[in-house]
Amino acid sequence: MSEGISQPDQPQELEGEGKDLFSKFDDIIALREGLLSQGREDPFNLVMEKVLSPTRAICNGRETILLGTYNYMGMTFDPDVVEAGKQALADFGSGTTGSRVLNGTYQGHKECEQALKDFYDMDHAMVFSTGYQANLGIISTIAGKGDYIVLDIDSHASIWDGCAMGQAEVVPFKHNDIEAMEKRLKRIPADAGKLVVLEGVYSMLGDVAPLKEMVAIAKKYGAMVLVDEAHSMGFIGENGRGVVEDAGVIDDVDFIIGTFSKSVGTVGGFCVSNHPKFEIMRLVCRPYVFTASLPPSVVATAETSIRKLMHGSNKRAHLWENSKNLHKGLRELGFKLGTEEPQSAIIAVVMPDLEQGAAMWEALIRNGLYVNLARPPATPANMTLLRCSLCAEHSEEEVGQILEIFEKSGKEVGII
Amino acid sequence: MDRAQVDAKIRELAEPFNKKGVTITEETTFQNDLEFDSLTVMDFVAEIEDEFDIIISMNQQAEIENYGQLVDAVCKLQADS
Repeated sequence: MSEGISQPDQPQELEGEGKDLFSKFDDIIALREGLLSQGREDPFNLVMEKVLSPTRAICNGRETILLGTYNYMGMTFDPDVVEAGKQALADFGSGTTGSRVLNGTYQGHKECEQALKDFYDMDHAMVFSTGYQANLGIISTIAGKGDYIVLDIDSHASIWDGCAMGQAEVVPFKHNDIEAMEKRLKRIPADAGKLVVLEGVYSMLGDVAPLKEMVAIAKKYGAMVLVDEAHSMGFIGENGRGVVEDAGVIDDVDFIIGTFSKSVGTVGGFCVSNHPKFEIMRLVCRPYVFTASLPPSVVATAETSIRKLMHGSNKRAHLWENSKNLHKGLRELGFKLGTEEPQSAIIAVVMPDLEQGAAMWEALIRNGLYVNLARPPATPANMTLLRCSLCAEHSEEEVGQILEIFEKSGKEVGII
Repeated sequence: MDRAQVDAKIRELAEPFNKKGVTITEETTFQNDLEFDSLTVMDFVAEIEDEFDIIISMNQQAEIENYGQLVDAVCKLQADS
């Protein structure tokens, strides 16, 4: 969830100075300083000096294999995608300088939304400036005061923030627990507005939600259903439409939220829906209205990428192979993994604690491999995780190299 | 169920979560005295919800800081349902 936290240097506290608004961050400042004082490289301040491909970059002067970028389908350097961006930059300029509802809707934004409608085979598509804003905007706008939101406790920060902003009654249930979800839905007043919010793939452990059962139960109690498919688009489901497609419930969900910053390979967020009144969202959804729209080059790259993902079945098959190989290999090396079987393109390696997790992260980066360090409070059950996200452009040999680096680093740190 | 009965039942449910064996009074706070983290809160609330067949939304939980307030809230929610 919040891997990009970067803390500025703490100002020297002068003797006798009182507390101020920053005092609430003292614990996290101390934790961070404790880690850095052991001479560790800062896991939250990595700079990619040069990006060579979807799977390789120069980080801190070293050539590094990228295994934590969510660039699942490797579209960032696709020649057609890059060309579309260059063309749009030349034809439409560097930015729109305006909101979608004022001067910020260009031809490219409409074409991008059409690509999404075609990709998902749905009636409506609305593009937001980020995935975070898509969740924030849709959830806060449709579920307001007096309505109820039932959601998984491991939901992404953007979902929680959307719940808080809309002021609905928020009722969480235990992660992926079908029975706990039903019990809560059953107790909500029958006449209250209800929204169930689920994710296809949960990004911390890379596990998949039992959407077939959960969506059926939500419908039984008259709830609308929103599914965040950020980590499955382009990869899971026959047409890459996500876990909803794989579980055969895409026609029963009311809203799918997604992002351009993972498989699509750029930045932006979206919501697709078949709701007949969906278009009104463009006028009432504040995170859509009160911000500038995406630059023309971004929507052009997104549109091109989405259209190419429709025909990505070979890449999908290779990505599954990578995921299975890495899962099996890490397991054989003796690492503890977040899921028994590979369920997505995310493989989470469970670390004994934050200190050893940080040490392992540093050993990996020194040996030329980048993964995400995920730590409490962003993680379930306060686990420290090394999160690996695979790319369809990782070759079989690269997965082999990745395993070698894990073995070497794990032995250096004494975890395996 | 009257307040005393609700109190007795919640005390029983709190037992396994009270790892340090803190003596629970009306003023005992969940965050500072019992040191419940967010996951413990979720599990504890789920037990209470299932026992009394009620919903304590996160919005309502935000208003509850100590044990006495929890018992009052459950009594009220039970009467409403």
